[in-house]
Amino acid sequence: MLNRLSITEAIDGLNKKEFSSKELVQSCLDRIRKIDKDVNAFIWIDAEDALSQAEKADSERASGVKDKPLLGVPVAIKDLIAVKGHPLRCASKILDKFVSPYDATVIERLRQAGAVIFGRTNMDEFAMGSSTENSAFGATRNPWDFERTPGGSSGGSAAAVSADECIGSLGSDTGGSIRQPAAFCGCVGLKPTYGRVSRYGLVAYASSLDQIGPITKTVADAALLLKVIAGSDKRDSTCFAEPADDYPSKLNQPVKGIKIGVPKEYMVGGIDAHVRNSVQNAIKILENMGAIIEEISLPHTEYAIATYYIIATAEASANLARFDGVRYGLRVPGNDPIEMYCNTRGAGFGEEVKRRIILGTYVLSSGYYDAYYLYAQKVRTLIRKDFNDAFGKVDIILTPTCPAPAFRLGEKVADPLQMYLTDIFTISCNLAGICGISVPCGFTKTQPELPIGLQLLGKPMGEATILNVAHAFEQATDFHKKRPPLENKT
Amino acid sequence: MMADTKFNIEYVAHLARIKLTEEEKVKFGAQLSTILNYMEKLRELDVSGVEPTSHPMPMLNVMRPDTPERGLDHSEAMKNAPLASNDLFIVPKIVE
Repeated sequence: MLNRLSITEAIDGLNKKEFSSKELVQSCLDRIRKIDKDVNAFIWIDAEDALSQAEKADSERASGVKDKPLLGVPVAIKDLIAVKGHPLRCASKILDKFVSPYDATVIERLRQAGAVIFGRTNMDEFAMGSSTENSAFGATRNPWDFERTPGGSSGGSAAAVSADECIGSLGSDTGGSIRQPAAFCGCVGLKPTYGRVSRYGLVAYASSLDQIGPITKTVADAALLLKVIAGSDKRDSTCFAEPADDYPSKLNQPVKGIKIGVPKEYMVGGIDAHVRNSVQNAIKILENMGAIIEEISLPHTEYAIATYYIIATAEASANLARFDGVRYGLRVPGNDPIEMYCNTRGAGFGEEVKRRIILGTYVLSSGYYDAYYLYAQKVRTLIRKDFNDAFGKVDIILTPTCPAPAFRLGEKVADPLQMYLTDIFTISCNLAGICGISVPCGFTKTQPELPIGLQLLGKPMGEATILNVAHAFEQATDFHKKRPPLENKT
Repeated sequence: MMADTKFNIEYVAHLARIKLTEEEKVKFGAQLSTILNYMEKLRELDVSGVEPTSHPMPMLNVMRPDTPERGLDHSEAMKNAPLASNDLFIVPKIVE
């Protein structure tokens, strides 16, 4: 049962020589073999490669290496982060047999910290989606209820952690793609401040919104992973120069006196009753710990989705222009280059990716640029200002991560707009460039029960504060200890 | 400023260099019209005098010393090519 350990517990056991990294990795591989045919969280794993990384970690530990904070711990990687020698497909057909020739900066840092780079997790193709149903490798299923989605786009990374198929994972978040699946699967998910983590080696979806972040079993684990991957990088000029904070050492600060803002626009109609009750209960718990709760206003909340889907698709249409069948990936021949591009992209991209590229092309096209793209960039300024104003009054902002628990597979596939609307509470954070974390805060009173996520939003570079409050909340509750009822099913 | 939401799916798909099937044209055309309609919600706002945000954080030019470094080997960089010969990507003829 080593696969059930958190990162912190695994490191403790490894240091005490209670087990080896090889045993830890083998336990995750056994778990995958047993249940991943149902969960489909992984779309590629090389057991031999993982075990040999683990053996190397074991011999380093035996020879007295002590300065590697993740030595021997398997971390699963979303299929859009480059790992040298591993396939990189963004869950798309268009990348075909692409094998990454280099490591992303976050992977270099995980390796330096001694982590075992563990497989490729499923996702919505090119991170476009909220359910992991837009994958060329089939949908991932929610470990709490196989009839439901794990959320997305980092659904594979969240489901793998939730189902104890790995010890921790990395995802990416452009409009909620770490926090929403973490909420749906009962994990902790952190989206760092834009510029906190290098994007070098992350396949770009929307470059002004994308960030890599951890999905873990506990808040302490998220703090540990963030400390390893954050910090300046000469290969990403949008990455902050400030070194990473020592997040794990700042987890036990008092919550007393911290001002928490609850936006009135987030607690209005349309929220599932189970979600509302759990979040209100969470507010009470934090209040009892001495936090000061204040109602605040983020007046432009209702414009965030329209703004996001203009800006993100515009950026995507430019970023995904590189997939043209010339230098890598799939090529479908044509009589001339243009025909080859059109054929390749028509055959290689899935439906949602095509829709978003076409939408992004339209909002940038001659005659529409001002009416859509430039207009949305101005609304983005108003949304940012909402948060600046709010953070003048409070230290952090508390909201539900999602308006409802995990929805059913297929429920929203036919209606893209309905799918987009599920991102309402996570999307503004990316537009404003701030940081956010989702932490388990309850379960629905349904059968089977489904996890509910609490979102804490922090100031730019305010990761230490939201991690501290999330950790205090987690320690005061036991929602994170509950496991999905997989044993009965498999 | 109102925008025309009846857009020509065939024209925009070609601008995006994506070949669509007839079925996709009909389906995406309808779905994208609905989505663009929803986006008209933004017109309720007065954005006159508001500066656009292109990046969430104010970023100045970031400079570093211009020191030569070894990049990817030629063979590594060509490894994923769908069609290559003599270290060159092979593409359809562009000029007669």
